[in-house]
Amino acid sequence: MASVLSRCAVHFKTRLVRQLLLVIAIGLTFAIGLTLALRQDFGTTLFYSLCITGCCSATAQGAHELLSRLLGGKRLSGLPLVIVVVIGALPGYQIGYWIADALMGQRSVTLLDGSPRQLAFLLFMVIVPCVIASYYFRSRQQLDQARAQAAEHQLQLLQAQLEPHMLFNTLANLRALIRMDPARAQTMLDQLIAFLRATLQASRSGSHSLTDEFARLTDYLALMEVRMQDRLRPHFSLPPELAGEQIPPLLLQPLVENAIKHGLEPQVEGGELHISARREGKVLLLDVRDTGAGLSQSGTTGTQFGLHQVRERLAARYGANATFTLTDSPEGGTLAQIKITQST
Amino acid sequence: MTHTALIAEDEPLLAQCLKQDLQTLWPELQMLGIAPHGQAAVEQALALKPTICFLDIRMPGMTGLEAARAMAEDWPDGQPLPLMVFVTAYDQYALQAFEQAAVDYVLKPVQIERLAQTVERLKQRLDKPVAMDQTLAQLRQLLTTQPAAAPLRMLQAAVGSTIHMVPVEDVLFFEAADKYVRAVTAEKEHLLRISLRELLPQLDTQSFWQIHRGVIVRANGIERAVRDEAGKLTLYLRGSKEQLTVSRMYAHLFKGL
Repeated sequence: MASVLSRCAVHFKTRLVRQLLLVIAIGLTFAIGLTLALRQDFGTTLFYSLCITGCCSATAQGAHELLSRLLGGKRLSGLPLVIVVVIGALPGYQIGYWIADALMGQRSVTLLDGSPRQLAFLLFMVIVPCVIASYYFRSRQQLDQARAQAAEHQLQLLQAQLEPHMLFNTLANLRALIRMDPARAQTMLDQLIAFLRATLQASRSGSHSLTDEFARLTDYLALMEVRMQDRLRPHFSLPPELAGEQIPPLLLQPLVENAIKHGLEPQVEGGELHISARREGKVLLLDVRDTGAGLSQSGTTGTQFGLHQVRERLAARYGANATFTLTDSPEGGTLAQIKITQST
Repeated sequence: MTHTALIAEDEPLLAQCLKQDLQTLWPELQMLGIAPHGQAAVEQALALKPTICFLDIRMPGMTGLEAARAMAEDWPDGQPLPLMVFVTAYDQYALQAFEQAAVDYVLKPVQIERLAQTVERLKQRLDKPVAMDQTLAQLRQLLTTQPAAAPLRMLQAAVGSTIHMVPVEDVLFFEAADKYVRAVTAEKEHLLRISLRELLPQLDTQSFWQIHRGVIVRANGIERAVRDEAGKLTLYLRGSKEQLTVSRMYAHLFKGL
């Protein structure tokens, strides 16, 4: 909660700074343009431009904020946004003149008493920067949203792979080993480091070879074996000709974790875990099979989040060329299978 | 009087470490051994009668909480129940529950300072024994499960290639049988491929009452509840000759008005 609040505060601050910079930029542009075109005094023109641009920006922003709140938090875009910003900016234009006049002790010709030609000129001066400004802010907002979404996605993947229960139990075992068997503790720590490093890398995009994938799974399973001892009996099968095949990093990890969590861990006697890769024609098959409780027995206690992640990552990388299935294994237990059809 | 302790923990290293820490902090406490899963914990506790049980929550088969319930249900009359300390890795919901139920718990990795506090608390509580009812109420609170949004209406019992459809309101009682559940109606009984633990949250708790760790009964199917001299409660059902025993864990449901 606190972090959300502070994130909002930071967000508000950056928006304010951006807005101020934009006001200065537009004010300066107009001041230079008007000074050159009408041969006015640059200092006075700049002062007026900044006052007017600042007030326009404030009232336009205010109008937009008010309307989006009335619409229940919906942000406007496109033509409606431009219209709201332009209409919102008009009073700001008048107010800016008044403030600048009051400070300079002058009386200027404004919207309220100008000729139609002057009015059109002034309106144009309001509309052009407004359109530019609203376009600028809209794209900034979209960019921020896209960034936030990407960060959220990365965090979710990281959370799925670093299940807190697994992490704290591993640390508890490590703590016990430090006292009882420091050499084994060191080995376990090295495996944890390798696994954590792979996890952090996997939450970014990229790919690595099946050899690497199997090595990281070996690290993970070594950690789990310290905890479960002979209740966990892993078997790997990776034919040498498939060793170099590239897949998204730690793609199989959630499947291995599920097999342990829902299949083997609930069983008093534990069981076997087979992780294998093979090729059938153009299809690369990756299997994670356990001899545990089986789907119908283990119930639907999980959040299915790990599986969702696997499907999403497959779809992003291979589109329709990859499928993922989770079935009761004919030998008992559960079979998770990924099929990737390769074009070459 | 020497006090004795039983540890239930499926991870051997953690069990060993907890045992060593306890021996350092409380040399007079006699360690009875380590049970590798919930069922073993219940059997060893009933056989050895420890004064304290350290129970890991997540264990294969029976959880630490379920083991505590089984002990409370089968504990011989007139003897004090062991003091229960639950041990758990990260689980914020469980921690909230433990705090509300005022049951002692320690977090994994177990820190020696925190364990020292637990030892102090245990020593104090051993001086003034806790009433059985209080422990039962605490356990009941911890075992309360969140009911499903929509209760189950039809049961599907597969026999070979046939699936029998059984309206849930026809069931007189459910009884745990190994990995299955027996669903008994007035006419016949069915085997469901589900555990009682998974079935319970799917039932409407107004109509179906748990009366034992292995039995759930339809409340309006109960004809009468009879208490014998020893205080044991037996239920007689309408339309069935079967009698059901209410465990002391759930005896509070039948108070009589």
